[in-house]
Amino acid sequence: MSGDHGSSVISAHVREVEALLEERGLLDDGEIDRRIDEFAAGGSPANGARVVARAWVDPGFAERLLADANAALPEVGLSMSGGLQEQRLKVVANSATEHHVVVCTLCSCYPIALLGPSPSWYKSEAYRSRVVRDPRGVLREFGVELPAATRISVWDASAESRYMVVPRRPEGTEALSEDALAGLVSRKGLIGTALV
Amino acid sequence: MTTRTERFAPGDRVRTRSVDPAGHTRLPRYARGAVGLVVEPAGAHPLADDRARGVAGAAQTVYHVQFAAADLFGAGDHTVTVELWEHYLTPVEEQA
Repeated sequence: MSGDHGSSVISAHVREVEALLEERGLLDDGEIDRRIDEFAAGGSPANGARVVARAWVDPGFAERLLADANAALPEVGLSMSGGLQEQRLKVVANSATEHHVVVCTLCSCYPIALLGPSPSWYKSEAYRSRVVRDPRGVLREFGVELPAATRISVWDASAESRYMVVPRRPEGTEALSEDALAGLVSRKGLIGTALV
Repeated sequence: MTTRTERFAPGDRVRTRSVDPAGHTRLPRYARGAVGLVVEPAGAHPLADDRARGVAGAAQTVYHVQFAAADLFGAGDHTVTVELWEHYLTPVEEQA
């Protein structure tokens, strides 16, 4: 399992290669940082929350979202095509009987466009190694106590797809507007480490 | 997202490779040599193992494959769904 690359040999190599590319005029100064900023721009958990709120108020959208998230996202003005190529998004929905939680055991694969930059705990070896083995215990540490009968599905995002969880709509929210509903949804809820 | 022939269909039982490759792989160690159920195909991509070595390979189908935690870790009542390249999978014949 890969760990923190911050001070590793590979980081030094990357800096050397970046410097060489700039020296030879193949890259402008700071171009990589600028491209990364562009990629991350607009990425926010508010986007994921908006998707969830729409799914809560529009069962037809929810159905399309779960069947083919990439095709459904444009309905709320979003897409997964911000990177070099469009990434497949898999959306899973919590229910009374099943709770989903997402991890990348390889490193930190994560839908930045919909959830913003990932939280540091998502990249920690502790979360990555433990949640696949003992999700119930890890969720308890996040303050999520699930009924014993609730099935837990862990999704390992270590390949090409990215994942997002639709939390259960809280009770007593029937009167809320779609915007107000979106305000209830947290980043952790979209990963599955919070109920909403 | 894919038009190529898919070797496996949702509901098929598959076994993952058990070998420990020398280089990069996207078959997690915890899911090696395990039997799981194909959930659905999830697009097609060149094998990550080849790409990591700079080898250009043809795209192949990637699948969501679901495992019972007890089959992976010897304990647990949850499932773990991993995304696996066709190359990692062999069919498991149904018991007669």
